[in-house]
Amino acid sequence: MARVGVFVCWCGSNIAKTVDVVKVAEAAGKLPSVAYSTDYKYMCSEPGQNLIKQAIEEHKLDRIVVASCSPRLHEPTFRRCISEAGLNPFMLEMANIREHCSWVHDDKEVASEKALDLIAMSVAKAVKNEALFSQEIPLTKKALVIGGGVAGIQVALDIADAGYKVTLVEKTPSIGGRMAQYDKTFPTLDCAACILTPKMVDAASHPNIEIMTYAEVEKVSGFVGNFEVTIRKKARSVDMKKCTGCGVCYEKCPKKLPSEFDCGLGQRKAIYVPFPQAVPNVPVIDRENCRYFADGGKCGVCAKICPSQAVDYTLEDEMITDKYGAIVAATGFQPWDPTPYTNLGYGRYPDVITSLQFERLFNASGPTEGKLVRPSDHKPPKNVVFISCIGSRDDEHGYPYCSKVCCMYNAKHALLLKEKVHDAQAYVFYMDIRANGKGYEEFVRRTIEKYGAIYLRGRVSRVFQDGEKLIVRGVDTLAGKPVEIEADMVVLAAAMEAQPDAKDLARMLGISTDEYNWFSEAHPKLKPVEVLTAGIYLAGACQYPKDIPDAVAQASGAAAKVVGLFAKESLQSEPTVAEVNEDTCVDCQLCKEVCPYTAIDTKTLTDRAGNPIRTVSCVNEGLCHGCGTCVAACRSSSIQLRGFKDNQILSEIDALAFAE
Amino acid sequence: MSEEQVITKEPETAGAPKEWEPKIIGFLCNWCTYAGADLAGSSRLKYPANMRVVRVPCSGRVDPQFVLKAFERGFDGVLVSGCHPGDCHYAKGNYYARRRHMLLQKFLEHMGIEPERFHFDWISAAEGQKFAEVVEEFTGQVKKAGPFKGVGK
Repeated sequence: MARVGVFVCWCGSNIAKTVDVVKVAEAAGKLPSVAYSTDYKYMCSEPGQNLIKQAIEEHKLDRIVVASCSPRLHEPTFRRCISEAGLNPFMLEMANIREHCSWVHDDKEVASEKALDLIAMSVAKAVKNEALFSQEIPLTKKALVIGGGVAGIQVALDIADAGYKVTLVEKTPSIGGRMAQYDKTFPTLDCAACILTPKMVDAASHPNIEIMTYAEVEKVSGFVGNFEVTIRKKARSVDMKKCTGCGVCYEKCPKKLPSEFDCGLGQRKAIYVPFPQAVPNVPVIDRENCRYFADGGKCGVCAKICPSQAVDYTLEDEMITDKYGAIVAATGFQPWDPTPYTNLGYGRYPDVITSLQFERLFNASGPTEGKLVRPSDHKPPKNVVFISCIGSRDDEHGYPYCSKVCCMYNAKHALLLKEKVHDAQAYVFYMDIRANGKGYEEFVRRTIEKYGAIYLRGRVSRVFQDGEKLIVRGVDTLAGKPVEIEADMVVLAAAMEAQPDAKDLARMLGISTDEYNWFSEAHPKLKPVEVLTAGIYLAGACQYPKDIPDAVAQASGAAAKVVGLFAKESLQSEPTVAEVNEDTCVDCQLCKEVCPYTAIDTKTLTDRAGNPIRTVSCVNEGLCHGCGTCVAACRSSSIQLRGFKDNQILSEIDALAFAE
Repeated sequence: MSEEQVITKEPETAGAPKEWEPKIIGFLCNWCTYAGADLAGSSRLKYPANMRVVRVPCSGRVDPQFVLKAFERGFDGVLVSGCHPGDCHYAKGNYYARRRHMLLQKFLEHMGIEPERFHFDWISAAEGQKFAEVVEEFTGQVKKAGPFKGVGK
């Protein structure tokens, strides 16, 4: 006879406010098989856990039901708690009376009734619980970092410094990411290249880091500690071992194209390195635009001119498969295209540009070699209007969220404008100034007070060309009147949005995404770098708009998680996997057909003499993830999922059906 | 006193009559819909309290017999919900769930169980709002269908 203990948590007032916890605990004490029940203010606290441990001993409890928050939050906590008291951790069930009850209902009577029902279901299930045991599984102590921006580089360096091998995969021909495009960083005005490029070189020369640029992750299988990943190294058309990075090839290449790195303001060749400090400093041929590939081998200038015979048109995509213990996604963001704001003239007037284009315009290695000039006539601008929240906080054109960094880079641009063009005047249209970081507010104040930037609270309704000038019409809501500015240049602070292929990668890695395709963390507060799939971590702006300090901090956090994982000798398997009843299995193989993980094999049963009798299905516990799809498919109920067996779920249904 | 009078009189003596509330059971996958329900909770969204949740690892674990058992036991409505197509934590469990429950829907009709008593949906971990809306809508739908009188009745 099972002896179940029920522990009802108040969660301060979170549960107690809408659920009569004392009455519910009392009523739970009268449920079948319940030997003891009580309530306590914070069951997850140390005294709360001690209360459970003591009760297990005093009342000889063999199964525990904790009625509190979601098991997705504290199941591990209470499993540990009861195992410290000598019970098998899988003798625990949790009734979610907070997220699913007290927080979503107002009527105390109704919520209390529901809470008791949820407890009754958990008790009925707990009675059927069996002790389950983990097995040791091996662990590959090598990490894969996807995305070679500042976050990915930081993750790779931290893991590598701890002594573990790392592969850093980057989609573009060079690591560096968005930060490589920036000129200065707020609020210290550090030169971005001066703080980033040494890190890029460190990563490239680190003995524990292997960098794969111009490469993409194609396939991911396996599970924590044992991922198997296939990476496609796209054909670079340049032999990385032979190339010395002299740059003659792209000097001589006849084909010019708009440079992605310079946001279309400058040009690159068909054979190119994206920027001068690229790591690796090995060019790549853009085959779609290369004359050699377009005209069936007629051009070939780069191959002829290359002093080290490194150009090789015959190179093909290479597939590399390797094992990894952990994967960190650090794929960043992309700037939103402000074309939907037709009233602002982006794409129509050459001097209406995005903030990232503006950044490239005063970067010393940018298209103008650092001279801040208008794209239209190459004259320095005098009046520059910066417009905030382009695509951010705007459901109509873009996204409802705040992109977090735009207020700061607007202030930075307004300040730098004054430094480059001394008689220039910056106007900043803003909705709110969000400057909540170390030294951020002070930086904005400095831009306004010392650099004379004029901040106007309000939106811009229209931008139109009038001769050489751009007329900006908006409203100053603080002064309560319309404003018209004759500008030489208009800079749009475009939102940050998820990468276009974020969803595909998320699916490959088992990361859930929010409605804007940002990657979802496992818990917004307590697990900000983990995702729901074990062994996968997040770093940087792939999760949500972040500035550089936040991205780097999270990167180090993710690296610490990976290092923590790798510090273990081996991993414990989840015992909640499928098992086959060999007495009733008839080897119809339906389970094998539906299994997403090819975890089901066929086994031959033999008699004592070793002669085969018949075949049955058997589960490879290392491959089984415990989804239970096979269980629902089995016609003879011969395959069951531990922890979620038919009799456990049916008991829950019955307990609820017969609840008072 | 005629029989009719007795019947009309009874509720008065018993105090205000309580409105009938449907009994609903929901089978939610751990990774998407259960998490979506958690999000509805932490966002303090309000929805009717009729449904009780059974947590399963994947909507693919939901054996149609659970749904049938629930109706046999007199529940007025059953909800099954998992991850959106392509988002299944177990790659494709939700596709099996969809197939099984499409077939089940037809079978329920065949058995004389009104189709509005059963609902299959996709709700992601980020869709707390959708969870609250689906529960509210489904509860209303079952309420409209009235108490479940049993198979074929």
